[in-house]
Amino acid sequence: MSTLLEATNISKNFGEFQALSDVSIQVPKHSIFGLLGPNGAGKTTLIRIINQITMPDVGHVILDGEPLKPEHVQYIGYLPEERGLYKSMKVGEQALYLAQLKGLSYRQAKKRLNYWFEKFEISHWWDKKIEELSKGMAQKIQFIVTVLHQPKLLIFDEPFSGFDPINANLIKDEILQLRDEGATVIFSTHRMESVEELCDHIALIHQSKKILDGNLIDIKRKHKTNTFEVGLSSSNLRDLESQISERFDTSPAEFKSLEDDLKLNIKLGASDTSNDLLTFINANAYINHFVEVIPNANDIFIQTVKNNSL
Amino acid sequence: MNHLPLIIKREYLAKVKNKSFILMTFLSPLILVGLLSLVAYLTSVNNEKVRTIAVLDESGFLSETLVSTDQMIYENLSDISLEAAKKLSNKNNSYGLLHVPDLAIEDVSSQIKFYSEESPSLSLISNLESKIEKRLGELKLKKLGVDLSKIKAAKTYIDINQENFEGEKTSKTGSFLKLIFGGAAGYLLFMFIIIYGNLIMRSVIEEKTSRIIEVIISSVKPIKLMLGKIFGTSLAGITQFAIWIILIAVFSVAISFIFGIDFSATPQQEMMANAVSENSANSEIQVIISEFNSLPLLNLVIAFVLFFTGGYLLYSSLYAAIGAAVDNETDTQQFVMPIVMLLVVGFYVGFFTSLEDPHGTISTVFSYIPFTSPIVMLIRIPFGVPIWEQVLSLAILIFTFVITVWIAAKIYRVGILMYGKKPSYKELIKWMKY
Repeated sequence: MSTLLEATNISKNFGEFQALSDVSIQVPKHSIFGLLGPNGAGKTTLIRIINQITMPDVGHVILDGEPLKPEHVQYIGYLPEERGLYKSMKVGEQALYLAQLKGLSYRQAKKRLNYWFEKFEISHWWDKKIEELSKGMAQKIQFIVTVLHQPKLLIFDEPFSGFDPINANLIKDEILQLRDEGATVIFSTHRMESVEELCDHIALIHQSKKILDGNLIDIKRKHKTNTFEVGLSSSNLRDLESQISERFDTSPAEFKSLEDDLKLNIKLGASDTSNDLLTFINANAYINHFVEVIPNANDIFIQTVKNNSL
Repeated sequence: MNHLPLIIKREYLAKVKNKSFILMTFLSPLILVGLLSLVAYLTSVNNEKVRTIAVLDESGFLSETLVSTDQMIYENLSDISLEAAKKLSNKNNSYGLLHVPDLAIEDVSSQIKFYSEESPSLSLISNLESKIEKRLGELKLKKLGVDLSKIKAAKTYIDINQENFEGEKTSKTGSFLKLIFGGAAGYLLFMFIIIYGNLIMRSVIEEKTSRIIEVIISSVKPIKLMLGKIFGTSLAGITQFAIWIILIAVFSVAISFIFGIDFSATPQQEMMANAVSENSANSEIQVIISEFNSLPLLNLVIAFVLFFTGGYLLYSSLYAAIGAAVDNETDTQQFVMPIVMLLVVGFYVGFFTSLEDPHGTISTVFSYIPFTSPIVMLIRIPFGVPIWEQVLSLAILIFTFVITVWIAAKIYRVGILMYGKKPSYKELIKWMKY
């Protein structure tokens, strides 16, 4: 898979404060790339560098094989975290203006806006002023304006803040569709549930440094602990538990089940396979529940951040 | 991709379509003309009142001196005592009573008195004084045996013809005209900077508070946005100014037509007109025309355009930087203050020093300092400033403008993305290094 955006060894200081230190990321084409990190980690600074709003002190960015240059702004669609629109300007005029700033002609912009306004069923907003709209409504306009010029690279900084669940879902589906149509998406957030749903790749930034990156599935594989969650029933649960504990590392587990089960997290030894575990418990109990514990993004996030702040 | 016209257009339309802007554009001239006509009306009502002054001239010196006019009736009393005269004039509601006691001409001058219920107007008293002075002076001369007709024949009016070494002629009237030209140009620039500089600043703050700024600067370089804002707002300002001038003219004509108020009839102007006409009689208008023609008109117009633009752009880039540095209008105070001070210094130097002594050291120095030069130079130019001085001053102005825009753009670029705290001057300097 080829790379759309490559940022290499980016460092940026604001006076004494170091915002980014030697950060490199590769964003594969047609993927959704999650840029994660706690507040103040440097995500927004990196995004601003990609958008050429600020210049890096050290390092360079390559977009689609070319060093980043001013003309590239029309290939990028950016929805900043701090976003808003001119309050006293009419919706249509404003969308046209912003689209033209991105290099669309008036006619193109008008045509595409009509398409999007019909798609979102908001054509009747055209002559309203932004101040007459609710925050969620304004966010929709903002989203349209971001994607209108059909950029190769879309950058969303906390896109779901300010949306109700229904509209957040609408936007999520749009983002996935845009990816399927060939766009590449950089998606910055600290909300992990959306990362699980959307991202193919992630990079984790903490205190100005990148501490983790790669394919989300690879990362999960790397972080899994060979632990299985099991629910067992037997005539003597206490004996069963002590039998298993002798053989494996166990800890109590929490999940919902219909039976009055023995619920355990069982960690395998270095030489054990899942089949060894299955054979072992199969001989002693009925297996109602058997699932591998896959670390979610949130766990990885918290664990990695903790390990790195020691 | 050229965004500048697009931004200028938006900024222009955003200003021009703004309701309060429209309201100001049409209401201000109405209010101004309304107030002026009210003042003019009240003054004329005041003037139309006929005043009666009782005169008790026991000396007989003033016969034929005080001649009644439409607004001033002199009522000669005779053969009554001062007390009776006072009572009478009080009863008749006279404006006052002038009493000249029966004394020798040498002694009478210090004994003339004016009695009135309220303290009389200054102009009325000085008018009376000058009339009596003239009359008594003539009488004294006569008594000394001097032939008055000879004195009248010998009386000479002097209007010194001024001419500089290059042969350009000027005169007092010319100086007055130059004063008006220079003063108007300087004042216009001063007002323009204050009004529209603030407008630019507010529109930058608006972009910050509405949080649209980051969306925009991901498409446009901040300096382009800043320049677009300055030009767009300036065009809106020029539009507003033009409408104001037209409306003021129209309203003035309309009001004076409908109500018959003559704006030129304020007492001060009348006095001035009188003073002028006494001196140089009928040729005044010709003098004005010829003086007007002898002004360095072409130079004046070109310099006005250049210095006005330069000065305005210089200041407006500073206003834009301030807008970027703060979050809301109340925080602008500490940064706007020094700018206004600079303007005021330029204004005062221009109006008090340069008008008095256009080529003195202070005026000359201040007409080179870029922050005061636009106003001071505009005031000096009608008095004749060598071209090389103007060019040098303009060069300094443009050079400073470029540097200021560069600095302002730096502050702007960093400031528009900073929220939440009011920066100190120290931080502003730090921003320039980012």
